[in-house]
Amino acid sequence: MISIRHHIGDDLMLAYAAGTLDEATSILVATHLALCPICRKETEIAETLGGIFLEDTSNLQTTNTDIGFVPKSTPIAQETVAPTVMRTFVLPKPLRRYTGGDVQELAWKSIGGKIRQFPIETKDKSTTARLLSIPASKGVPDHGHRGFEATLVLSGSFYDRDSWYRRGDISIADPTVIHHPAAGPEEDCICLVVTNARLKFMSILPRLFQWLNGI
Amino acid sequence: MTKLAKVIGINTYQISNKSPDMSSRIDHSSVKTSQLMSEHLISVSTNEDQQSFSELFNYFAPRIRIYFLRNGVDATKVEDLIQETFATIWVKAYQYDRQRSTVSTWIFTIARNLRIDAFRREKYPEYDPLDPAFQPSQLGDGEQEMEVVEREKAIRTALTELSQDQYDILQLSYFEGHSYSEIAVRLGIPLGTVKSRARLAFGKLRSVLGKQREEL
Repeated sequence: MISIRHHIGDDLMLAYAAGTLDEATSILVATHLALCPICRKETEIAETLGGIFLEDTSNLQTTNTDIGFVPKSTPIAQETVAPTVMRTFVLPKPLRRYTGGDVQELAWKSIGGKIRQFPIETKDKSTTARLLSIPASKGVPDHGHRGFEATLVLSGSFYDRDSWYRRGDISIADPTVIHHPAAGPEEDCICLVVTNARLKFMSILPRLFQWLNGI
Repeated sequence: MTKLAKVIGINTYQISNKSPDMSSRIDHSSVKTSQLMSEHLISVSTNEDQQSFSELFNYFAPRIRIYFLRNGVDATKVEDLIQETFATIWVKAYQYDRQRSTVSTWIFTIARNLRIDAFRREKYPEYDPLDPAFQPSQLGDGEQEMEVVEREKAIRTALTELSQDQYDILQLSYFEGHSYSEIAVRLGIPLGTVKSRARLAFGKLRSVLGKQREEL
């Protein structure tokens, strides 16, 4: 049982429930929800708002719309709960649907300093998502942000600004934050990072890597 | 036959509008309607009951139409999207859990996801309770159906007690699909103000639910 201490926060949760959040951040929220029963409950409450607005709509026109189709009497696709292989995954399904596999099946690319990344393709380009794998005990170079950065831990841990973040925890940094998160010593830290602008590294070498790797 | 109908393998033909529009006869804010719709949906799920399906359609289709139109769905695509919504309701009815949400909330999430899929041509990222990596709740996710209905009723009442400013943000966000930055531009207020109004509004709903829980 994992115990999550750093949650999504109301801003992202409310926008996700309303369906107004960009694609990359929605992946991050859905992945956190897969791991966090507390935030699922909050999301259900927020979705109730949608149900209420839907139901209380005024100015309903008397409509001539027909169903337009009659369902055949067989197609209820009972999904068979397939207890096939008892396999465990590092990446919950909302992420696997984008990556096509779990962490060990991905074509990671080195971005320098033994840090590896796997970019996640999204249709909506306003925000970008990538998986980062940071070796145990290794720090990420000092950087600031031109925009928003959200990080969700999937395995291992990292330490940033006086807190430890573990599987399921989310850390959010805005343009005022300059930080240098570091992975915990127990194992490599794999996390999902969503940003809406390029990072601002403070020294020249990481900037060069950034230019080479399009981070 | 529409494209969608081919995909999910259903017969399409126009049926005459035999059943009257139920929505005009139903006091839609009542707990009774909520239970009635829940029974219809369960009847669709367990008996593939087409009459119940028609009742759901008559009640929700005009509402979903307005939802899509307000969300900026092209008028020529609205009918297709409504059909797709109901095809999804038919196919996924067995997943409906009356201990987790009311029918209107469940249908809202289906319409919301299809709206996003239509805009992005991508599936809305969602968690799947059958995923081996899914972390189930130890307390049990389910409440009693009555609690879910009561919860909705309490939220409905709390909504009427919000300031107009706070209410507007929630409605623009949940019913018209505007992002916070779009709302800020539209109302001519800073983004931070939009976010704080939304948080305050939700905070009030949360405290009402907290009180309700203590009373139970």
